[in-house]
Amino acid sequence: MSMVRQKRTIPGTSIFDGALARKGYALNKMCFSFNSADNRDAFSRDEDAYCDAYGLSDAQRAAIRGRDVLGLLAAGGNVYYLAKFAGILGLDVQDLGAAQTGMSKEAFKAMLMAAGD
Amino acid sequence: MAKILGGITTSHVPAIGRAIAGNLQNDPYWKPFFDGFPPVHDWLQKVRPDVAVVIYNDHGLNFFLDKMPTFAVGAAASYQNADEGWGIPTLPPYTGAPELSWHIINELVEREFDLTTCQEMLVDHAFSLPLKLLWPDDEYCPVHTVPVCINTVQYPLPSARRCYKMGKALGEAIASWDDDLRVVIIGSGGLSHQLDGERAGFMNKNFDLAFMESLIADPKWVTQYSNEDIVEKAGTQGVELLMWLATRAALPGPVRKVHANYHIPISNTAAGLMVMEVAG
Ligand SMILES: [Fe+2]
Repeated sequence: MSMVRQKRTIPGTSIFDGALARKGYALNKMCFSFNSADNRDAFSRDEDAYCDAYGLSDAQRAAIRGRDVLGLLAAGGNVYYLAKFAGILGLDVQDLGAAQTGMSKEAFKAMLMAAGD
Repeated sequence: MAKILGGITTSHVPAIGRAIAGNLQNDPYWKPFFDGFPPVHDWLQKVRPDVAVVIYNDHGLNFFLDKMPTFAVGAAASYQNADEGWGIPTLPPYTGAPELSWHIINELVEREFDLTTCQEMLVDHAFSLPLKLLWPDDEYCPVHTVPVCINTVQYPLPSARRCYKMGKALGEAIASWDDDLRVVIIGSGGLSHQLDGERAGFMNKNFDLAFMESLIADPKWVTQYSNEDIVEKAGTQGVELLMWLATRAALPGPVRKVHANYHIPISNTAAGLMVMEVAG
């Protein structure tokens, strides 16, 4: 038995609910581990072995390997944890924004500035 | 009895920590944000709080998806800041107020708020940076602290209505504490921003300004909205405005706006700041 609640759709936006939290658990757990500098180093030394240890799905591995932000979200990644992966790569949230919107970083930053007008 | 002096609500982003560490307060990018704070320092000098109850949301430092509390209250003698993954210098530990914490826990559970209590709790940038912005010259935060954490990571999040009620009960719990403490409530989060998805970079100045005004004149205004409504209007992380709402709800009776600042952008975020003084 199941009850279907109509899911709200907001363009370009997803709500990190139970379904995504289940789907993304391994990926988010790996990213949560990146709070520790030792774990960040271990990941950088051997990414594949590190992904193995956390049991990532094929889609999650592919998105990690491809630095594919939208792919990581689609695979259940939550941005609060993914931000720690971005930290390893030396990317800031403007880099992430540019990658997700298909804009250059400069254009994305200009859009942020324009929101204040 | 403890006295609630007022509330201070502010945005937080990790980049503020980097700006503080790099002494960028007068950098043209950061100045409009940091210039909002001297009037807050003046107000703190005037009201001299002993304790800050800090309502904030954890970003995956203390809590993970294995156990995700809706409302969590710290009950420790001290709280540590720690590495969140991007190498911003950590700030020194914070002194707790465990007796007040337990009083708050007892009162809130009595009023049917089913809390998670934390005798160990790492506090992230959402807790540490507002305190550093409020007391920039003190190496150690000079007030005792009680962290109150609201889940904004994994849905379902508590509704705006629920956060309002929790804030109100929190304020009443503090006011019933039999010790002449002077208490300020700090709300850390928002305002509009969205880090994830094709709509990344979304902000909504009109909504933010309406929300800030509503806290003074019509504090329940935002409780008409579901969290999905708030995400639509303020962005996925704009829902952190729940911290502001709970802070306002903790203040007894009418409030006076002492100071406000609003600036877009800091990082990907619309930065709001407000000081509300209890009018009574
Ligand atoms: Fe945040």
